[in-house]
Amino acid sequence: MTVDASRGAEAPPELVQLLTPEGERVEHPDYDIDLTPEEVRSLYRDLVLVRRIDLEAVALQRQGELGIWASLLGQEAAQIGSGRALTDTDMAFPTYREHGVAWCRDVDPVKLLGLFRGVNHGGWDPKEHNFHLYTIVIGSQTLHAVGYAMGIQRDDATAATIAYFGDGATSQGDVNESFIWASVFNAPIVFFCQNNQWAISEPLEKQTRIPLYRRASGFGFPGIRVDGNDVFACLAVTRQALKNAREGQGPTLIEAFTYRMGAHTTTDDPTRYRVASELEAWKLKDPIERVKAYLFKNELADQEFFDSVDAEAEGLGADLRSRCLAMPDPGPLDIFDHVYAEPHALMDEERAQYAAYLEGFER
Amino acid sequence: MTVLSLSKALNEGMRKAMEDDPKVLIMGEDVGKLGGVFRVTDGLQKDFGEDRVIDTPLAESGIVGTAIGLALRGYRPVCEIQFDGFVFPAADQIITQLAKMPMRSLGAIKLPVVVRIPCGGGIGAVEHHSESPEAYFTHTAGLRVIACSNPADAYAMIQQAIHCDDPVIFFEPKRRYWEKAEIDTTDTGWWTPMDRAKVVRAGDDVTLLAYGPMVKTCLEAATAAEEDGRSLEVIDLRSLNPLDAPLVMESARRTGRVVVVHEAPVNSGFGAELAARITEQCFYHLESPVLRVGGFSTPYPPSKLEEHYLPDLDRVLDAVDRAFGF
Repeated sequence: MTVDASRGAEAPPELVQLLTPEGERVEHPDYDIDLTPEEVRSLYRDLVLVRRIDLEAVALQRQGELGIWASLLGQEAAQIGSGRALTDTDMAFPTYREHGVAWCRDVDPVKLLGLFRGVNHGGWDPKEHNFHLYTIVIGSQTLHAVGYAMGIQRDDATAATIAYFGDGATSQGDVNESFIWASVFNAPIVFFCQNNQWAISEPLEKQTRIPLYRRASGFGFPGIRVDGNDVFACLAVTRQALKNAREGQGPTLIEAFTYRMGAHTTTDDPTRYRVASELEAWKLKDPIERVKAYLFKNELADQEFFDSVDAEAEGLGADLRSRCLAMPDPGPLDIFDHVYAEPHALMDEERAQYAAYLEGFER
Repeated sequence: MTVLSLSKALNEGMRKAMEDDPKVLIMGEDVGKLGGVFRVTDGLQKDFGEDRVIDTPLAESGIVGTAIGLALRGYRPVCEIQFDGFVFPAADQIITQLAKMPMRSLGAIKLPVVVRIPCGGGIGAVEHHSESPEAYFTHTAGLRVIACSNPADAYAMIQQAIHCDDPVIFFEPKRRYWEKAEIDTTDTGWWTPMDRAKVVRAGDDVTLLAYGPMVKTCLEAATAAEEDGRSLEVIDLRSLNPLDAPLVMESARRTGRVVVVHEAPVNSGFGAELAARITEQCFYHLESPVLRVGGFSTPYPPSKLEEHYLPDLDRVLDAVDRAFGF
């Protein structure tokens, strides 16, 4: 029995990596990627901007403007790499931490804040972005993703779905059922597990005795472990898995080996359960620094470029802040909206009663 | 007019819905070749194919969870939960996702998913095969909960449930599956809307409120009571959420005595909600408290004891007597 205790600075075996933490391009026998300098700069920009969005959201929470925030710090490459692998017709099913994927799907960042500010439970139209709403119950969305993929099959369409979840979610029944369904129906889906090593306070050893990607073989489809802090590798591996799914070759499990550099959410205190040296070791594998080093070393970008991205990030943060503060609160009678699509007598009755009650204060 | 059993009426209703709309799918355990353990989906896979009548892996959360995904893609899945006691593995998907996702989306998402559940006892079954879990679902906002009691309603209501853009929990009275009635399958003009109750026997002295398998029991009680000179009104609620409150309250005010009958345990059962609402809205018209007849506050007993657990004609009449004792 293998216990995977490779959490930390040592790269685990069987890891697809195309860009080292030092910014060196490396070859992999099964995966490669051919990116133009413009594409690399674009990925770098994505990484920096989503980190800035995340930073601003954390600050907004600290100042009481958001009730809670789930930070993506450290997972930018996994999200941007997989998110940029999607085509317009592919459909993504996120957890509540996929702010980077949302960015790739053109969801206005301020719309991500509604849920965390308490003005709604989800503020965008999934059909408009082919990006489903955040799902908070762990792992539930994986079944929705498989069902959606079964719909793609029935429509005879050329598209795939991608289901995001974390290492903790792999213990959930729904995730295991979704693996079974996807396998049995050969559904066009990619399971993208961001193994960030921690499910709140519980380390990976509390969820599994084998590397997560190897679970796939028991369900009858391929599993791959990719360096989740390597945006090139995440893009290449996800792109291939999505292509396989679209071409009728069924599901793939991708385990993006990464690290949650921040707390689980802003209510959490990681110093109670993990050592500082672990974070320090992972900082050396930062997903953004390695792309910056690659761009520098290969003279694909100059200081002016990096400055302009930083300036854009600052502007984005300031804009997000002002629009968050300007977000209107919902009205009290909005409670009764959208509970049912069709008229519902009890909703009408309670809405009318509460409206009358509120009017009593105005007289 | 054609004579159909309740299970066949459901089958014909689903067949009609599938013919009318290619997006309608059937999914569940053994619903294909076998036609379901109660044969409710008999012959549908043969006629509509395996892509539309889907034999699923044996996992209820997976059935409802993937049905949600199919609905997000524009399909209208009808899920069969094989027995009432097996709905609980799916309860998470039903309660946290199916019921709440439309509101979560601010109306951008509609989930026209029907979850069919054969319910109730009286067939001599083993544990977990005779339960009445409706109150768990009437307590969950975002779901419509309906219960059919007879073949004609079964034929109409299953089609209405499939056409509805909201998630519907659809209870089928399993011990009435084999009861037959004449149904006019050509005329839809007479259909009662799905969220309306129906007075199935008019009366003046006491109102009996029932749904699903207990409607027939109440009708039998009303016939027996007539011999004692008591006129019982029987209302088939049909829809538990939403409740057809105007019809129920009108009857309660007129008779002044109400007895609620269901198989589920009385404690925190749907009858408690009915009693509270009727008391709130008809207090000065009532001659007696609203009385409840139902299962005991015990797990469903072994089948040798189920005749004691299930309300029958005598227990209904006993409650009627008590209603006159105040």
